[in-house]
Amino acid sequence: MRARAADRGTGQAGSEQPVLRLDRLGRVHGSGPTAVHALREVDLTVHAGEFVAVMGPSGSGKSTLLTLAGGLDSATEGRVLVEGRDLAGLGRAELARVRRTSVGYVFQDYNLIPALTAAENIALPRELDGASRRSARREALDALGEMNLAELADRFPDELSGGQQQRVAIARALVGDRRLVLADEPTGALDSESGEAVLVLLRRRCDEGAAAVMVTHEARLAAWADRVIFLRDGRIVDESAAGNPESLLAGGGAR
Amino acid sequence: MSIRYGLLALLETGPRYGSQLRTEFESRTGATWPLNIGQVYTTLSRLERDGLIVPEGGGDAKQQLYAITGTGRRELADWYARPVDRTQPARDELAIKLALAVGTPGVDVRAIIQAQRAHTLKAMQDYTRLKARALAAGPDSQEEMAWLLVVEQLIFAAEAEVRWLDHCESRLLRFAADRAAASPAAERDTPGAPDPEREAPLPRAAAETPGGAA
Repeated sequence: MRARAADRGTGQAGSEQPVLRLDRLGRVHGSGPTAVHALREVDLTVHAGEFVAVMGPSGSGKSTLLTLAGGLDSATEGRVLVEGRDLAGLGRAELARVRRTSVGYVFQDYNLIPALTAAENIALPRELDGASRRSARREALDALGEMNLAELADRFPDELSGGQQQRVAIARALVGDRRLVLADEPTGALDSESGEAVLVLLRRRCDEGAAAVMVTHEARLAAWADRVIFLRDGRIVDESAAGNPESLLAGGGAR
Repeated sequence: MSIRYGLLALLETGPRYGSQLRTEFESRTGATWPLNIGQVYTTLSRLERDGLIVPEGGGDAKQQLYAITGTGRRELADWYARPVDRTQPARDELAIKLALAVGTPGVDVRAIIQAQRAHTLKAMQDYTRLKARALAAGPDSQEEMAWLLVVEQLIFAAEAEVRWLDHCESRLLRFAADRAAASPAAERDTPGAPDPEREAPLPRAAAETPGGAA
């Protein structure tokens, strides 16, 4: 299954519309001699089924890339296309709708609403999108069930562990038809085991057809991705794609 | 890794044939360190010579069943109790390469670091795929658990290398920035400094931040 997802992501580019496309993307803060280029000429295409990790030193543009990709900030150069729609061409209301219906965010600090239960947190974006309360709850319960969190549906965030909260946040990010998850250091506040559970989940959702872009500074987490891109000074300087793991073990010793 | 102790450890649970030992060793370690059958028989004959195992039954080596002796069990117990020696580090090609590159004019140390980082990360991605498979499958046997531990060791070792590379990069950048601040002319000669013809040196603030995976 993993291999198939990776093939879809890297081997069939162009055969289907990418979920996310960044085209010569740039973001400049300020102007003239004091202008700061947070991101320069970044090209990135992410297909359904593909999990991309973004690494780089502090200030290299990782979070800028994510906020532009999700329409939370506007590019000064280039284009962001989410499922074929150029975010720059959308009005405010339409952009808000795309953000709500196509893109899910996962943040380091979970960002769950404390006064709502796990199920209500997941159902909320669906209700905002016009779904009835009953069908939104059903979708939320299904999403929690898929993540083996069904028994936590009616608990409030402060009754959940960090790992459970983050898994609820991922369920919320992908509820409905949303296929693009943008995750900024999603395991930053978790212990190693809970962090791994979050990665297993993100990986599984991508294998099932979602697309994810995750910013991380930890190589061990980035290694769950199909592709890892390295940013430096706002530019992509390198990329590493997973290959055939069996080749590692062929011919006498993995290292 | 000494095959000697690997074979003794397998024999502790009961007598085995040479071919069985090879299969079981590879299944515990997920074929990470494949053995050829010649190595197995050579090691078995040395273990027999040293009185750590004895042949059971007759016939040639291929049809011979081997059993561990009391001396063999004591030797094995000593091995388990003794930490693996880290005071004589193996020669590490990467450390040697960087050490030599830093003192060599015209060598782009950052490029070496980045190329290695991407390569090691790719290996980590592949190991992580193997791990994801092992996790999805269970693990529900001792052999599968042993394999999971081995593949995780490979992941942690690769991660340590990436972190060390990040550290090298940020240390070299800071060194370059400090030297440039002290003497602008020295920058060109600073090992690991970005080539001014190819890219502008990083600002001081960037040089002071830890690398990607540090």
